[in-house]
Amino acid sequence: MSSAKTFTYGLRAALALVAVACMFGPWLFDASDLSVLTEFFTLLTLAMTWNLLAGYADIITVGQHGFVGLGAYAFFGFTALAHFNPYLAIPLAALFATLVAIPTMLVVFRLRTAYLAVGTWVAAEVMSLIGGKLPGFGGGSGTSLPIAIVKQFGSSSVARTDMFYFLSGGLALLTLVAIWALLRSRIGLGLTAMRDNEEAAGSAGVNLTAIRVICFLFVAPILGLAGVLATLEKLRVAPSASFSLADWTINVIFIVVIGGIGSMEGPILGAVVYFVLRQYLADFGAWYLILLGAIAIAVIMVEPKGLWGLLKRVRAPDLIPVSHRPAED
Amino acid sequence: MVETFVNLLVQGVLIGGLYALFALGLSLSLGVMRFVNLAHGDLIVVASFAILAICSALGWSPFLVGLLLTPLAFGVGWALQRLLLQPTVGKGILPVLLVTFGLSIIIQNGLLQTFGANTRKLSGGVVEVLAFRVGFIDIGVYPLLVFIVAAVCIGGLEAFLYRTSTGARIRAVADDPGAADLIGLSSKQIYAVAMGVVAVTMMISATAMSVWSNFDPAIGPSRMLLAFEAVVLGGLGSLWGTLLGGIILGVAQNLGSQVDASWQILAQHLVFLIALVLRPQGLLSRG
Repeated sequence: MSSAKTFTYGLRAALALVAVACMFGPWLFDASDLSVLTEFFTLLTLAMTWNLLAGYADIITVGQHGFVGLGAYAFFGFTALAHFNPYLAIPLAALFATLVAIPTMLVVFRLRTAYLAVGTWVAAEVMSLIGGKLPGFGGGSGTSLPIAIVKQFGSSSVARTDMFYFLSGGLALLTLVAIWALLRSRIGLGLTAMRDNEEAAGSAGVNLTAIRVICFLFVAPILGLAGVLATLEKLRVAPSASFSLADWTINVIFIVVIGGIGSMEGPILGAVVYFVLRQYLADFGAWYLILLGAIAIAVIMVEPKGLWGLLKRVRAPDLIPVSHRPAED
Repeated sequence: MVETFVNLLVQGVLIGGLYALFALGLSLSLGVMRFVNLAHGDLIVVASFAILAICSALGWSPFLVGLLLTPLAFGVGWALQRLLLQPTVGKGILPVLLVTFGLSIIIQNGLLQTFGANTRKLSGGVVEVLAFRVGFIDIGVYPLLVFIVAAVCIGGLEAFLYRTSTGARIRAVADDPGAADLIGLSSKQIYAVAMGVVAVTMMISATAMSVWSNFDPAIGPSRMLLAFEAVVLGGLGSLWGTLLGGIILGVAQNLGSQVDASWQILAQHLVFLIALVLRPQGLLSRG
């Protein structure tokens, strides 16, 4: 076995080990670490979905926060207002986000490329403004999740922390596996071709529109679920927090751009780098965001494929293989 | 009742002039460089703060300061294109979008750090309070002046693009940068000149905005969305269409504001989305 191969297998083993360790999180970490990890998994999930859309399907959206907020508000509506069982309300929220994705696509897909990016932003603004006007959701200042519903996720605060940790870790794992499976499928072959050269992919017979629609519908329920988790972490819904442009779109774009767009590994690497930076620099407030912006610009100028692109120059093999190896003779 | 309604319409039309000023530069960068500058609104806000800083230091009129800063704005736009945006040209739509996105975040937080989060407004002097009455319609002198400035800017920009040799070069590069390079036009140089012109329109709109309404470091994105909607609504490549788009958005906002403050923005976005469904090519699109 070559040394590069050994290195790859070593890294894969380390990654698997970390994943297994995460399954025992509540026994390994204290409560504050657990809530940081819960947030980490939620942002990682959003980074993976944004990467699928922007990195592969060429749908550069600046409106992810719209669907996260939709999920949050739908969950609140189904539990607190319609009195559904909270565990039933979670899939219903995902379904709701998917249903709203259909008319949204009909409108914003009339725009292409950069226009589409701003169009999704407008759509998310509309969702947020409507959320702030709905009766029962506390208007512009939002409202808290009733205690009785919160208690159903665990009677004590410790039990709830564990529960939310597993829900968000589970969502991240599910998203990772689902996107990996999608990229390994026939559709994924088309997506990889689109990532590398869209015109060529189209002329080789990839149905670009169909693939974009599939990806958008694939991502919408995941965003809705992330919105449910955001509501559970904060125990409240509010237009500014549930539909937060900064939290669910801006940070996510930074994560993917820094980590490496158009690869499976990039969002994971980016999320780790982002959380390490935040741990040490978040106290600097505005300077911290200026630094993130500058890093993102520098990354695009130097290596558009991000840190993972830089690493790949040195060590070629994929950590999470999605490519199909041509048959050897 | 009718009087109130007509007055609302007229104020909406006049504020449409300000929105068209926001949108002119975006229209040009979309048409020539074919990219959406996500930092468009933030750059306008930077210009407003520059005017504010000089006005408060020297006590001059914002109109004079805005005028004096115009050559500087051209240089800043030129340098921005050469140093930051040109390296991303020809690499697809994503890099340039992300660079301007990063720039937008840097500007917002840089302004927050320098000037604080407070809402600002500049005093334009007596011209701000002057108004006259035509029948039952109240017309403010300042909004009317801004509307005239917007119309003059559009006429000027059209003349620049279609009557001058520099304008012809810009249009040639806009149509086909590769072919323009082949016949000896440097697309690099021309992009930079075009971005300089964009920055001049930004400085003019920043001057108009800083006296008309409140501004703070965070309002850039909402100005960018307004500008974008005016451009798409009016039809790409049509500068007079942009004015029409701005007017429609202004009227929609004014009618929405009769319900409440959040309906003001909601009405603006909804009109845009509905128009997008009904007429995706825009109202006055060229072909």
